[in-house]
Amino acid sequence: MNTMSEKASDREEIEYLLPWHAAGTLSRRDAERVERALANDQDLARRFDLVREELSETIHLNESLGAPSARAMEKLFAAIDAEGAYKRKPGLALDLRTRVAEFFSAFAPRTLAFASAAAALVILLQAGVIGSMVLKGDGGYNTASITPAKVDSVDFLVTFAPQASADQVSKFLRDRHATIVDGPKGPATAMMYRLRFEANGAPKDETDRVAKELQQNRSVISAEYPTTSN
Amino acid sequence: MSANQATSDEVLIGRIAKGDRLAMQVLFARHHVRVYRFVLRLVGNPTVAEDLISEVFLDVWRQADRFEGRSAVSTWMLAIARFKALSALRKKPDEELDEETAETIEDTADTPEVALEKKDKSAILRQCLEKLSPEHKEIIDLVYYHEKSVEEVAEIVGIPENTVKTRMFYARKKLAELLQAAGVERGWP
Repeated sequence: MNTMSEKASDREEIEYLLPWHAAGTLSRRDAERVERALANDQDLARRFDLVREELSETIHLNESLGAPSARAMEKLFAAIDAEGAYKRKPGLALDLRTRVAEFFSAFAPRTLAFASAAAALVILLQAGVIGSMVLKGDGGYNTASITPAKVDSVDFLVTFAPQASADQVSKFLRDRHATIVDGPKGPATAMMYRLRFEANGAPKDETDRVAKELQQNRSVISAEYPTTSN
Repeated sequence: MSANQATSDEVLIGRIAKGDRLAMQVLFARHHVRVYRFVLRLVGNPTVAEDLISEVFLDVWRQADRFEGRSAVSTWMLAIARFKALSALRKKPDEELDEETAETIEDTADTPEVALEKKDKSAILRQCLEKLSPEHKEIIDLVYYHEKSVEEVAEIVGIPENTVKTRMFYARKKLAELLQAAGVERGWP
């Protein structure tokens, strides 16, 4: 009798674990335990199929929820700026090259870290030269109070992909008639650049078009946020 | 989430604790969509959800120096997000919430699209997932979408691990009941 109730209790425990087994978040020991039970219990295996169905549709549902607008980021960094950009100045003891290398080494394989840092430095210098030659904005995350029907340019704040070479970045900008109009933004936003793209249409359409373009070039641009032209 | 990303998140938090704004941008870029979706499923209003994720990440900025690394950064952020979402829900009058919830449930009774959709089991399953209580939605999302372990869900929701398992079981059972009411017989429970 005891053995029977122990078996029932064990089966119940296994059934409770099925959702985590489907999601792949069980420990190896528990996963093996569930696998053994599934192999010997057809009814449990059928229930596991239902769990997998639920998992799939939950992912589908969440993925269809979309993403927040740039407003969330603007609001966050406005609040951070309001508190003072730095609690403690980071990297005062480190020179720029060291900080660039440290930043990229977190994202690229070790073997690429030095190459990435070198490429980033070239981009940094290029941006500095170009940035000094064009009109610089105040760099804030401004929101336009009046939306024009048509715009001739759209701006994006971007970070370049760690593995992007200076040649790749230059070609990317040239091919899209884009210019770096600001950045890097000093220590507080060291590696953010403001890019300006030619446009000829409604602001939203043009912003969406450029955003899509940027997202399709992850080998060069790792993240982007639309911002207001100055 | 991979072990590498978990480690990398911890490195970012260390930098944020020192006031590194760029590290904050990277962390935001990496996690804001998932945090947003988690909050949106709880509050049901995209504008409120956007405001809340700004607050969540602002808390991360402010409290990074107190992060002890006992849990994954994403788990810590979801716990903050949950607290913010529930606080926002408590602040709202019930009538307003009911209206908003009602707005999110489409009245699809007679359109041809719905007739077709009703034949689609997957679509019905998704509709039933939307109809679960916030408590059940939350646990299903954490387990299936946010890939949180039993221990991590316990930490985020603030309940014992055994309760996590039974709550998930009952959430699934409720889902099966909703499916049955919608005409989908799954043979369980």
